Amino acid sequence: MNAEVGVVPEDLRYTTEHEWVRLEGNWARVGITKFAADRLSDVVYVELPEVGREVRFLEPFGVIESVKAASDLYAPLTGRVVEVNERLRSEPELVTQDPYGEGWMILIEPTDPSELDRLLDAAAYRRHIGEG
Amino acid sequence: MRDGRLSRTPLYAHHLRLQARMVAFGGWEMPLQYRGILAEHRAVRTSCGIFDISHLSKFWIRGPKALEDLDRLLANDPRRLLDGQALYTPLCNEAGGMVDDLLVLRFSEDRFLVVGNAARREVDLAWLRSHAASEVVDATEELVLLAVQGPASEAVLRPLVKVDLSGLPRHRFVPETAMAGVPATVSRTGYTGEDGFEVFCPWDRAPPVWEALQEAGAVPCGLGARDTLRLEAGYLLYGQDVDEHTTPLEAGLSWTVKLQGRRFIGSEALREQVKTGVRRRLGGLVLEGRTIARRGCPILRDGAPAGAVTSGTWGPWIERSLALGSLLPEHAEPGTPVTVRVRDRPVPAEVVALPFYRRGVERVR
Repeated sequence: MNAEVGVVPEDLRYTTEHEWVRLEGNWARVGITKFAADRLSDVVYVELPEVGREVRFLEPFGVIESVKAASDLYAPLTGRVVEVNERLRSEPELVTQDPYGEGWMILIEPTDPSELDRLLDAAAYRRHIGEG
Repeated sequence: MRDGRLSRTPLYAHHLRLQARMVAFGGWEMPLQYRGILAEHRAVRTSCGIFDISHLSKFWIRGPKALEDLDRLLANDPRRLLDGQALYTPLCNEAGGMVDDLLVLRFSEDRFLVVGNAARREVDLAWLRSHAASEVVDATEELVLLAVQGPASEAVLRPLVKVDLSGLPRHRFVPETAMAGVPATVSRTGYTGEDGFEVFCPWDRAPPVWEALQEAGAVPCGLGARDTLRLEAGYLLYGQDVDEHTTPLEAGLSWTVKLQGRRFIGSEALREQVKTGVRRRLGGLVLEGRTIARRGCPILRDGAPAGAVTSGTWGPWIERSLALGSLLPEHAEPGTPVTVRVRDRPVPAEVVALPFYRRGVERVR
């Protein structure tokens, strides 16, 4: 059995810093990949921006803290934050348990969807993490 | 590290088989975690965990002058020890700074086992050899050291040993008994804030002991959980919270400094510091919210510098963000409100009495 199958969903785009983004109509949902979540493993805190804040392409929008270290989170697209995953405040472990689902982080209203083309597709991300 | 290569314990293959994430620590390649730091931390607080801590350095001090030597070397008083008793003590230089912190086990008046930090092995060895008349033998790679920690430790060990451990008080040990059929010394000591034991056995005979402990239900734990457990318990880590420039009085270890009627290396400097007062003091901090302070974060009081964080983590059991910090003495009193700057953001915090946690004493939660 290949345990890694499904670890990099085909329908998402990725940053080299291990964030994923999924277009949902006019909005874009953002989280971190299973690859990154597995390496952090003990996530204890996710610092997210306020709703309404602007985030910029490949610039930090928040911080994820594991027991051992803090890591910046990078915005895959420029835009305005329209929603943040409030559940992560009390249940940061959702990031590890369900990185592509319940563990999402922010919802953005992108200002320049063409930035999407500058991100990695699933095949490129798989190569990036050495699983391609 | 020897000849630029990381050392491995005899349980290295076991760690890999358990899919441990390995990390370099003090010259050794050690397990950071197996299933996860939080799960391992919980196992130790609620049942029983086992740690391979064979990387710790071990030295035999042997000979008719062993006790005399240690009395001149240690800040704590080895003359208080009975056979089969262990002592936590700073090892100081002439200025009173800590060369290392040690656990000293008295087997007999002329035979002691000294346990120190892995990264200090060469320094300790040179220090002990240059200041002791006794024979000093590096037993680091002769003795495996396993920590069996948690409220269920005694029950886990019971079927594996012939001696009755129920009557063994904390800081006492049973020398040269057996565990799972392997010669072992079993000490009721630890670094987690829980009841627990530390087990020494011959280097090449560790696997059956480890396997027996695992079969008895002990959960393998790595250095990650060892660090979060020791921080909740308020224990300092040499090289992180203290170094050669920190005196035990500044480290909050006054209780281990026995000056009365004694002369040991550093005693004059420490006596002087008792009179003049410390320049800084290690204290506990609890931060608001879930932001974690890391080593080096500045501590402020009313906007003015008050110290710096030396260790910080999320306390998985007390569920608070906690830290140890080196503070100016006037800001080190429990109850003092301070601010910790984390990533250029001020996080409100409070100086608290240590430990944050100890079995039966959950001060902070």
